[in-house]
Amino acid sequence: MKLLTHNMLTSKCLKGVNVGYPLGIVAKDIKVLETEFNSEFVLRIIPKLDWDTLWNAADSIGHSGDLPRTLCDDYENDVEFLKKAHHVLLEVEVINGELVCPESGRKFAINKGIPNMLLNEDEL
Amino acid sequence: MTSQKWRKYLLWFANEHVEFRLPEIKSIASLFNINIRWIEKPNQHPYWVVELPSEKAARQIASRSVGLRSCMELWAQGKTEEELHKNVRSYPMELMKPYFKPELSFKIHVETFCNRQSQAEKVSKIESFSYLPLEGSVKLKNPDVCLQLLEYYGLDSNHIPEKPYKLFFGRWIADGQRDVITMLSLKTRKFIGNTSMDPQLSLYMANQALVQPGDLVLDPFVGTGSLLVAASHFGGYVLGSDIDFLMLHGKTRPTRIQPKKERDKDESICSNMLQYGKGSQYLDVIVADASLPLWRPSFKLDCIITDPPYGIREATERIGTTKNYQISNHHLEGHIPSKVEYGLHQIYQDLFQFAAQHLKMGGRLVCWIPVVRRDYSEDRLPMHPCFQLVANCEQVLTKFTSRRLLTLEKLHEPQEKYTGSDVNSLMGDFRAKFFQYGEEQRKKRKLRKMLATQAYRQREEKEANCRAQLEDRDSSSSER
Ligand SMILES: C[S@@+](CC[C@H](N)C(=O)[O-])C[C@H]1O[C@@H](n2cnc3c(N)ncnc32)[C@H](O)[C@@H]1O
Repeated sequence: MKLLTHNMLTSKCLKGVNVGYPLGIVAKDIKVLETEFNSEFVLRIIPKLDWDTLWNAADSIGHSGDLPRTLCDDYENDVEFLKKAHHVLLEVEVINGELVCPESGRKFAINKGIPNMLLNEDEL
Repeated sequence: MTSQKWRKYLLWFANEHVEFRLPEIKSIASLFNINIRWIEKPNQHPYWVVELPSEKAARQIASRSVGLRSCMELWAQGKTEEELHKNVRSYPMELMKPYFKPELSFKIHVETFCNRQSQAEKVSKIESFSYLPLEGSVKLKNPDVCLQLLEYYGLDSNHIPEKPYKLFFGRWIADGQRDVITMLSLKTRKFIGNTSMDPQLSLYMANQALVQPGDLVLDPFVGTGSLLVAASHFGGYVLGSDIDFLMLHGKTRPTRIQPKKERDKDESICSNMLQYGKGSQYLDVIVADASLPLWRPSFKLDCIITDPPYGIREATERIGTTKNYQISNHHLEGHIPSKVEYGLHQIYQDLFQFAAQHLKMGGRLVCWIPVVRRDYSEDRLPMHPCFQLVANCEQVLTKFTSRRLLTLEKLHEPQEKYTGSDVNSLMGDFRAKFFQYGEEQRKKRKLRKMLATQAYRQREEKEANCRAQLEDRDSSSSER
């Protein structure tokens, strides 16, 4: 699971959970894999992000590096910054671990990089 | 003046998925903002004559079209060879001349639709253009200029006429994307299953969805990810979800014709993306039930392409139970949630509502929908007030069923939760009818077989009687 995906995921599926965001991350294995930098994609993704969540998530798994804590105004022209964002969004991957619902504490397993958000029938 | 750049072009299509042609070309035109002038109304023929504002526009269309075989700047056409040559001769020389310069290598290529030709025939056809003042040298591979003669022998390969119905001549501009179909073939793909969509239809879907480089594309019923492969081919960054844990982990039973005992360890949607060099555009897949909320409400996608479960090859299920109980803690681990039937009508209602919420304005949802052909009419399709139906193409599956590829474009933000109209029962009973009609067909076939057997027996009896009579006669005659 990439941190980009984590930025969009919730546990709203759970009965009684209203926001379910942001999910906590318990990372057992992390893989860092180089991927092609596409500034256009990163530029389009940033406005969709919750930056705080991204930074905190990266920090909680020890990969915030020198990613700025807040988004500055003229990031569009800052290629170095875009590359850092690219790295955190797309190159840091949680392979095994858990996602944790912030309201109920319910844990969702991540196996081989794939989060399992399925509920049991009594949790609906 | 740009208006002088408008030229006639011939779009030459493969004779397959005829219904998809026009929607595809329209989608590509809207993707590149190309204005197409139709010279003839688009029809069933595999060639269309159109006017385009520039050669660039022609190249752009060819760079995306899966249905297109090739595109050429049309210099002349004719119903006979004589007429064609007459028209080539009267095409303005100043429009041809730039391509006849001595420094430009060239070749003349002969292409036939629905007929085979010997090399000798082709050569004599090429020579029939010797009156053209071509000054460059001939180069068969990658010439600077490729002139093309296309001969159309109709669509019926069982009745190929002596002479072509129609001939076209012009300057070849570009081939369409037919090669990509082979490149993405399921035969050579690492991870496939019995739900994998063939690459041609998947690419059509990506075009219908207007997937562009850097777009965020989601398939909420992702299965083996075949639609994401096509979306990534056009530059999409892809996300998927599916209820089937084993599927996403590449642990379902292999489905190849000559199955290996087990799947490879690394079979997955991700490995498919890596296979095609699109690893960088693979975001994630998630095990999740599409009937439940998963994403942040404000999360916006550029495109959604999907093939929801019809319940024929795969179960239409969602997590749930009709019972009311709690699972005790010591049972929780490794508990496989029970599932309840997820009705087709509900699936589409949820999907449309989901797409209304998560698509950007103007974004497209492209999805298949199964129909019982004799019950179908467009006004019975499930609809949603936030969407406009842009295209609706049929692919016939059996005598009585087909699936339709719907292309919906988001026009409005959703106001409140839309509960859908229950007027259309088209979906509700698809599964029941599919099996019911299947049963009817089976019974009919059985009956036909029985009757055939009876007829055969009767004939056999008759023949036996006949033979007996003849033998009688023979023996009686020999007695004489
Ligand atoms: C027609 S298949 C799609 C196949 C896919 N296009 C592929 O390339 O393999 C439908 C998929 O929907 C999944 N599915 C069924 N019910 C679901 C649900 N409630 N939520 C999410 N996925 C579901 C099935 O597991 C199946 O993989």
